[in-house]
Amino acid sequence: MSKDITIKRGLSIRLIGGAEEVISDAPRSRTFVIRPADFHLITPRMVIKEGAKVKVGDTIFHSKDHEEMKFVAPFSGTLTKIERGARRVILNLHFDVDETDEYVDFGSLDAKTASADQIKAKLLESGCWPFIMQRPYHVIANPESTPRDIFISAFTSAPISNNYNFSLRGKEKELQTAIDALSKFTTGSIHVGMEKGVASPFDSIQGIKRYSVSGPHPAGNVGTQMNAIAPVNKGEIVWTVNAQDLVIIGELLLTGKYNPERIVALTGSSVKKPKYYKTRIGAEVSTFVYDSGLNEENVRVISGDVLTGTKIALDKHLGAYDTTVTIIPEGDDYEFFGWNKPVFDKISTSRALTFSWLFPKKEYDLTTNTNGEHRAFVMTGGYEKVFPLDIYPMQILKACMVEDLDDMENLGMYEVAPEDFALTEFVCVSKQPHQEIIRKGLDLMIKEIG
Amino acid sequence: MGLKKKLHTLKEKYRGTKMAPAFNAFHTFLYMPNMTTESGSHIRAADDLKRTMNTVIMALVPVLLFGIFNTGYQHYAAIDAANGITREVSLLENFLTWENFSLGALKVLPLVLISYGVGLGIEFIFAIIYGHEVEEGYLVTGMLVPLIVPVDIPLWMLVIAIVFGVVIGKEVFGGTGMNILNPALTIRAFLFFAYPTWMSGDKVWVHGAREMAGTPDAISGETVLGKLAQGNEVTTSIADMFFGFMPGSIGETSTFLILIGALFLLFTKIASWRIMLSSVIGALVMGLIFNGVVSAGWIGTNSPFYTLMDTTFWHHLLIGGFAFGVVYMATDPVTGSQTNRGKWIYGFFIGFLSIMIRVFNPAYPEGVMLAILLMNVFAPTIDHYVVKANVNKRKKRLNVKTA
Repeated sequence: MSKDITIKRGLSIRLIGGAEEVISDAPRSRTFVIRPADFHLITPRMVIKEGAKVKVGDTIFHSKDHEEMKFVAPFSGTLTKIERGARRVILNLHFDVDETDEYVDFGSLDAKTASADQIKAKLLESGCWPFIMQRPYHVIANPESTPRDIFISAFTSAPISNNYNFSLRGKEKELQTAIDALSKFTTGSIHVGMEKGVASPFDSIQGIKRYSVSGPHPAGNVGTQMNAIAPVNKGEIVWTVNAQDLVIIGELLLTGKYNPERIVALTGSSVKKPKYYKTRIGAEVSTFVYDSGLNEENVRVISGDVLTGTKIALDKHLGAYDTTVTIIPEGDDYEFFGWNKPVFDKISTSRALTFSWLFPKKEYDLTTNTNGEHRAFVMTGGYEKVFPLDIYPMQILKACMVEDLDDMENLGMYEVAPEDFALTEFVCVSKQPHQEIIRKGLDLMIKEIG
Repeated sequence: MGLKKKLHTLKEKYRGTKMAPAFNAFHTFLYMPNMTTESGSHIRAADDLKRTMNTVIMALVPVLLFGIFNTGYQHYAAIDAANGITREVSLLENFLTWENFSLGALKVLPLVLISYGVGLGIEFIFAIIYGHEVEEGYLVTGMLVPLIVPVDIPLWMLVIAIVFGVVIGKEVFGGTGMNILNPALTIRAFLFFAYPTWMSGDKVWVHGAREMAGTPDAISGETVLGKLAQGNEVTTSIADMFFGFMPGSIGETSTFLILIGALFLLFTKIASWRIMLSSVIGALVMGLIFNGVVSAGWIGTNSPFYTLMDTTFWHHLLIGGFAFGVVYMATDPVTGSQTNRGKWIYGFFIGFLSIMIRVFNPAYPEGVMLAILLMNVFAPTIDHYVVKANVNKRKKRLNVKTA
């Protein structure tokens, strides 16, 4: 029994380098790094010093605002360096990894019978709480809040990203446990958006409201599904959890072990053999990137998918929330008369001597070039075609830029996350940084409205 | 690639200096920059503002070429007419001739050069002063301006108007993307009100008409719209009106080529079909209303409004600057309505008001310019109410919840 949701406005970007559906074990990482910046707006309070040894699940730091919210180690190892930036903000926590892992035993918990408080305490203690995000603002959920509903997207629609229908296969037990646990927190429902007509590990899960979603990207974004199912109103809070993170939560409750395993999709046109790797949060991406091999030297390594990920160097580490690593060619080259010659090798939503409309099935090899300079907003009507939310994208972006809190609130800022603006950013003729504008707007609202 | 390397070195040398915007404007004209994404979406679509503006210019080229030939043709046709010879226009025999082209080019190209030279000069100066990149908006404005002025306009007059239009109409608001009024129309409106004798009447639309006025060789150069407004007899056939073989502003006469330009802009998805369609609907509705008024007998034949009101409703689309204004200027995304629903309303009123102004103001029969400028002013208001509907929907959702 599921409801149908059809997304009409959007854009499926076809890129070369989708991951082949095979899982290999990534070589064991020799170091791991925790980036506090992955946990947006969390101010870390360190509980260990340089030189300290940690087991998997040992607390590294906790949140300044919520002491009970712990952030834990994904490997056994030794803290070698606390890298600080301006105003002593912690940028990176570098660890050497031990040869074998020792696990902290948090003790298992029966999700069906345990109370909400017991589960909450367990998740906070074990470092699983940060996987729960909230809207408004798209930040880690406040442990004191009660969500109206919980939304989970069971699939991704971003170009060359992790296919959860594949990578979550066989994890039904963990998923069910996590769903059982989460259902204790809300009086509303757990809404799960599933890809229409595709078998999913969520097919057998009990206690959820299912929706079969069809249409182009961003159909798989939880924000898109939320807007279609039940948008967030002022004063309401909803939670969202990434489907892969449910597995970590479920396993913790079943076994008492924090197991930050990730089935990462290594994708992109620069990758020789794009496929899935079993690795962990915080592991070096180079371990599996070199296993697969690169086609060229000058590449952009992205922890995350190509539309929303973080730019990292090749010797850096997998982000806390990322399930995809994308590698595409850097576009730091000039193109002779690139602005007026006919274009066959790039994607465009117009037909201004751009011919991608002729080849709707073609897969493209896009670089990181912006294809033009940053300009003021000029063109109108283009964003709406790729933006399925019932919100005026350009107006809300402008409200954020001029920091008009009333307009931001009225136009629907409580409902959005930066990732919802990835496609409008992609098609933007003026090359404006939409996601950054929205993130700054949300941060301003947290500061001013709370 | 020697040139690419050299330019890159120069760019790095100029980085951060006052001259950087000016250098970059030329550099990015030759080469699409080596700029890469930093955050957010790591890939971007192929279109930038240069490509978009370039597409509009391409849509204007046929109109410009036609305007050049027509300038020559109308001049020689008027001389023939003054000598009592009536010409039958024929595309290959007496229109696309070297004679017409050379005279037209001699008159029109200086206007184009002045327009780009002065306008881009101002853009460069402002970019250097304020340290921002030179924006592409003027590339289209610079092409529009020569097409919407009478051919014999003195160059100094054009210079003054462009300085006024670009500085007051655009730069004081913060440059491309921030202006309220369409810069090309601001320039034309300035000319219209500052030098009315050069911008209307029966002596400005054909090259030489003004100089020869009062001499034995005097030629007439009245537009169809002017004739209708004065209640004079119109001899131009509907076909000639459609294809553009008539006097008028340089680029506005050929509805046929404007239509081709419009189809190109719509196909490339650069211009809004909503604005174009609703403008045409608005004009037809107003035309039908006037036709109805006439057939109801509410207005006498001696009324000054009679001839224009009696003009068959769809003929309005062929005469004057209506088609040109709707296709190339009403669709300006910056000064037009920005919401899809707003575009319908905005466009409809442009069409509606164009014809209304045209009929009720026979002294200045060119209504489309004023209609677009007026709706430019109202576009933010229209958008405000369209967006407010969305805001109210959100509030209502909240009220239902709390009730």
